[in-house]
Amino acid sequence: MKNYLKSQRRIVLRNCGQIDPNNIEEYIAAGGYRALERALLEMEPEDVIKTIKDSGLRGRGGAGFPTGLKWELAAKASGHPKFVICNADEGEPGTFKDRLILEGDPHCVIEGMVIAAYAVGASKGYLYIRGEYGQSLQTIANAIQQARAAGFLGNDIVGSGFSFDIAVRSGAGAYVCGEETALMESIEGRRGESRVKPPYPTDHGLWGRPTVINNVETLANIAPIIENGAQWFKQFGTATSPGTKVFTLTGDIMNRGLVEVPMGTTLRTLIYEIGGGIPRGRKFKMAQTGGSSGGCLPASLLDVPLDFDSLRAVDSSLGSGALLIVDDSHCIVDVVRSFMKFFEHESCGKCTPCREGTYRLARLLEKIEAEEATHADLEVLNRLCRVMERSSLCGLGQAAPKPVLTTLKYFKDEYLIHLRDQAASKGA
Amino acid sequence: MTAVQLRQKEETATATLTIDGHEVTVPEGTTVLEAAKMAGISIPTLCHHPDLPPRGVCRLCVVEIEGSYLLQTACTYPVRDGMKVKTNSPLVRETRRTVVELMLARGNHNCPTCPRNQKCELQRVAESLGIRENPFEVFRRPRPKDTSSAAIVRDPEKCILCRRCVEMCQDVQGVGILFPAGRGFATEITTPLDRALSDVACVNCGQCILACPVGAIYEKDDTGRVWDAIADPSKVVIVQTAPAVRVSIGEELGMPVGSISTGKLVSALREMGFDKVFDTNFTADLTIIEEGHELLHRIRSGGTLPMLTSCSPGWIKFIEHYYPELLDHVSTCKSPQQMFGALAKTYYAQKVGIDPKDIFCVSIMPCTAKKFEATRDEMYGESGPDVDAVLTARELGRMIREMGIDFSSLPESEYDDPFGISTGAGAIFGATGGVLEAALRTVYEVATGRTLPSVDFHPVRGLEGIKEAEVDLNGMKLKVAVAHGLSNARTLMERIKQGTADYHFIEIMCCPGGCIGGGGQPIPTTMETRAERIRAIYEVDRSLPLRKSHENPAIKRLYMEFLKEPLGEKSHELLHTHYRRRPLF
Repeated sequence: MKNYLKSQRRIVLRNCGQIDPNNIEEYIAAGGYRALERALLEMEPEDVIKTIKDSGLRGRGGAGFPTGLKWELAAKASGHPKFVICNADEGEPGTFKDRLILEGDPHCVIEGMVIAAYAVGASKGYLYIRGEYGQSLQTIANAIQQARAAGFLGNDIVGSGFSFDIAVRSGAGAYVCGEETALMESIEGRRGESRVKPPYPTDHGLWGRPTVINNVETLANIAPIIENGAQWFKQFGTATSPGTKVFTLTGDIMNRGLVEVPMGTTLRTLIYEIGGGIPRGRKFKMAQTGGSSGGCLPASLLDVPLDFDSLRAVDSSLGSGALLIVDDSHCIVDVVRSFMKFFEHESCGKCTPCREGTYRLARLLEKIEAEEATHADLEVLNRLCRVMERSSLCGLGQAAPKPVLTTLKYFKDEYLIHLRDQAASKGA
Repeated sequence: MTAVQLRQKEETATATLTIDGHEVTVPEGTTVLEAAKMAGISIPTLCHHPDLPPRGVCRLCVVEIEGSYLLQTACTYPVRDGMKVKTNSPLVRETRRTVVELMLARGNHNCPTCPRNQKCELQRVAESLGIRENPFEVFRRPRPKDTSSAAIVRDPEKCILCRRCVEMCQDVQGVGILFPAGRGFATEITTPLDRALSDVACVNCGQCILACPVGAIYEKDDTGRVWDAIADPSKVVIVQTAPAVRVSIGEELGMPVGSISTGKLVSALREMGFDKVFDTNFTADLTIIEEGHELLHRIRSGGTLPMLTSCSPGWIKFIEHYYPELLDHVSTCKSPQQMFGALAKTYYAQKVGIDPKDIFCVSIMPCTAKKFEATRDEMYGESGPDVDAVLTARELGRMIREMGIDFSSLPESEYDDPFGISTGAGAIFGATGGVLEAALRTVYEVATGRTLPSVDFHPVRGLEGIKEAEVDLNGMKLKVAVAHGLSNARTLMERIKQGTADYHFIEIMCCPGGCIGGGGQPIPTTMETRAERIRAIYEVDRSLPLRKSHENPAIKRLYMEFLKEPLGEKSHELLHTHYRRRPLF
């Protein structure tokens, strides 16, 4: 337990469990809204953007796009009004970091949104919350009311002359609505489906207007950066991935739950020091980083640092910060098949490679698991993954094959032993 | 910068890019697809339609762009200066092939029995990619064809989910009864609450058919009923041909777009065994007499204005569903098709001495909504339906091909009396603005007693969505407007509701471009082919000796012998109708 706490560094989760989330006074007493006051009263919007750019903060929603750059693009884009959206449609299986932040420290998200709005010149914000998060909805709605009453939202915020307000929108259960453009479609009252990019949201976002859309965790980082400065932030994490990252540890691991560690912490540290290792005396087999569409890493990669670029280098991703540990009692094909069943269900159905491909991946994996597939099927599986990855319309279809591709790379034997014509391959 | 300078800047702003090693300079804002076309490189597409905004849905047109890991859809991706594009790399080819294989592996793609066999974009793409085997097992979820509508059949098992019909229905026609439902592999294009097409607020315009790249939506086939009637010796089978078909049937049968083949059409119909071949243009002239007088009557007696035209049955069903509160504005005149039917089974039957029950009245239309119109209760006389069967230009094309007739080498023939003589005014009914122009030619002369200086009213012609004009009738300014495509009609209806449409007369045609772009016309029908057919229609007009409906001697004779006077008792009984409020759901 000592290691569990010692190795963590809490910026995002600074107040979670420490303050009463329903009481704005406690947030203020903990230093809350000081950054907002500083930004709105003492800084120009360009200075705010510069600070965020200098901090090197990258989006925590999965893609790792530099937040300051995103803000700058939206600030420079022509078109009014502009919007700021908080993406709280946390649909990734085994991930609940956004939920903890929303329910444990709602004001830090609101504060981040107001600062973002000020920086880009947005007058209206939307907080889009996963439909299943009833408690989050309640907590955030209450916090918004309190923030309005206290003058941190609404007209002439803290006497700065800047006005901004937030409306809450609730999803209806589609995983794809976590994709930024699908989320915007949903806010606009349409079917949750991704839009073709370009144009990008910073130019052509909600209702065709310049829009910044940030993840909950990204926004939770804003106030501390404004308050403590870019240099302070950069002392945590790695050179290209500064700061911390909240991970959700799930699966075959002793300490399941949320942890916040500096970027670049290795998988091994996370699993064995903080996570307490694999239970029931089993052996580690595979770790999937980033959620259902993340890469599946073998034991040989336990020392990979968990940051955007290191994970990309091994065909995986940081994604939502989900970390699923699988021990040696599981069959890889079975595990991957269950992921593909998920995507088959969640593909929005708009583009051909994802709509048809997710269905075909699930069928092919079922066929392999049932030991009815051949080498030819494996080749089709491989080709389908390549095509989906490069040609699907949005991140859902592009990332869905990743578990297949990485397990084909790191656990190929497990596929081969399922094949009907495996003998032939051995002979060859 | 002044507006002129801005425009000059836009005109001069170009981007130079390399596509498959060929350098090409194109205006900024061009898509990669368009740029490739300019460079002579054709990239296969399916969800792309030249008249609809690109959406990048099918992913067939993906290309490699240097610096981008992801393949990008050429139909949506804007060019950039210095961009390097590969449209034929192994990765691109593998992707195209896989996309098409995946489409072919879903549903029922049995080409020989498909209504779009040989005119199918999926078939063409599969052929051009040389697909001979499919590694994906075919999955068919049995879904019945929806044959409930009098005009349109939907076959979900052929749908490739490209969504062109959805955009057409929603964005161009402003109707929106087709949309995707469900998700993932179970996604399908369907109607509100998955109801039958006959049970939703579909207007039968058939633009979805023209938009569909495959055989998932097509016209209700009535060729069998017509063959049966022709073969029945107890029937006198007469046929009428709509204005817009003479400029499209040649195209359907392999002649160039915009070919005028009036005389060949008449010959073909005689070859097929029709007893009499008549012209809907005749009753188009008659419509002008009745509608023109109705307009003058409304103006003089303080009736409801603006008056809206009533010859487009898709438009009529649209206003019945979506703006029933404005139905008093609609002219009570039946459409030319139905005026013809009503006269055929009364005036003509009497004249030639046959029992109207023995007449089988067929019409050849550019339109799917006409099929529905002929089934309306209001369009039944004492002896049954006034029009017994409606064939689209495509169905007629199929019958002519089935007969083995070499259409292009047919001689020219003349229509039969008494419904064979028509004027240029009747001909232009087939194009947007044509009904209004035809009406103006007559209304002007009837109201002022003077001869028109020029019969051509150019402001109401052309493909502009909404057109306006003003005509001086002895000091009275007659204000008119034209809309085609139902989204444009919606705009005008909203203005009428707000009281900001101070027109006397508005022409609405349901389909973009008017009837020449109707849902029963040859495929492909695009803005380009619509424009060509419009050009042909005005050529027909110009070539005719008579160009004003009230100068048609056969019309004069009809009034003398039978109808007596415009808006008279007989007219009211046979040529006018009423409308009904229809629910949205």
